[in-house]
Amino acid sequence: MSHFIGDWHALVTLFIAGVIPNQIWRMFGVLFGSGIDEGSELLVWVRAVATAILAGVIAQIVVQPPGALASVPDALRYAAVVAGFLAFISIRKSIFAGVACGEVVLITGKWWLG
Amino acid sequence: MALPPLDSPQWNSRLRAFAWGARSVASTVLAMVLFATYLGIGALAHDSQFSLAWTLASTAFVWAGPAQIILITTLGSGATIVQAALAVTVSAIRLFPMVVSVLPMMRTPQTKRRHLLLVAHLTAITLWVECYRFLPGVPRERRIAFVHGLGLGLMAVCLTANTIGYTLAANLSPLLGAGILMLTPLAFLFSTARNCRELADVVALVLGLLLFPLATKLGGGLDILASGLTAGTIAYGVHRWRVRT
Repeated sequence: MSHFIGDWHALVTLFIAGVIPNQIWRMFGVLFGSGIDEGSELLVWVRAVATAILAGVIAQIVVQPPGALASVPDALRYAAVVAGFLAFISIRKSIFAGVACGEVVLITGKWWLG
Repeated sequence: MALPPLDSPQWNSRLRAFAWGARSVASTVLAMVLFATYLGIGALAHDSQFSLAWTLASTAFVWAGPAQIILITTLGSGATIVQAALAVTVSAIRLFPMVVSVLPMMRTPQTKRRHLLLVAHLTAITLWVECYRFLPGVPRERRIAFVHGLGLGLMAVCLTANTIGYTLAANLSPLLGAGILMLTPLAFLFSTARNCRELADVVALVLGLLLFPLATKLGGGLDILASGLTAGTIAYGVHRWRVRT
């Protein structure tokens, strides 16, 4: 059971760094939502920064991979992302096609390299 | 699957509306993408040394995929609570306009604020998109119950995917384990690319990807925030410049 729950500190951290920062914005939406213009300049900037932070995290997983992904050579991880992106673009912006193609390149490449 | 017509007696009961919402999960392609994403988040959490309970709690109480991977990646790579909280807070600002635009779709003159709290909690990118698709076919006074069913149904899919991904990462060969971990960056990259509506979004995505490796070279532990703020602000500048010319 303790293996399932793990470290209590981590759960407190989850609450402080994960739950509160998200619920604050949702509650703001419920409380003050009626007066905000959806197309306002501030929201354009906020969305751009949020997108760029998410992009940074995507890059971090690919550039400094955790766990089992670290056993895959750098070039192969980048190749998988590029191949997936090409499939995504050429097959009507299909998320499924992009993910499937990237995975096939990664797994066959790793299998072939041994 | 088609929803019953607006005047059907099916909509008379709140419980039925909830069930229709939960059943609609099966008819959305996004649920499949969500499944793959949360499979990846489960594996990522395992390989970043978090417990399964932690992972499930983060899905149930944070309920925002991007925030969850930011949290797991920053904490997993040794960032402090404050740094992680800052990065997550900024990424979560996007929930504000989503909640603001979703709630008017289900508000009636009798609706109290507390009736909307669970809807606000369930609001995230997938639910937000699906509300626009499904709600026109749901009578207004049953929309809250329908969205509760849809949102909790999606959450059940994600909790299941988390558990499977976590277990697989613990037991699979490194080859397939690497494949499951790769699901997260791929699924997020393409779903974000698909959601880009304006030039600013595209610039933010591309620059955000490119600036992160540069920011890590500078060091200091604030790399995600630094590259995100810089890339996002440049993207906003491009947007302003385009509007003016």
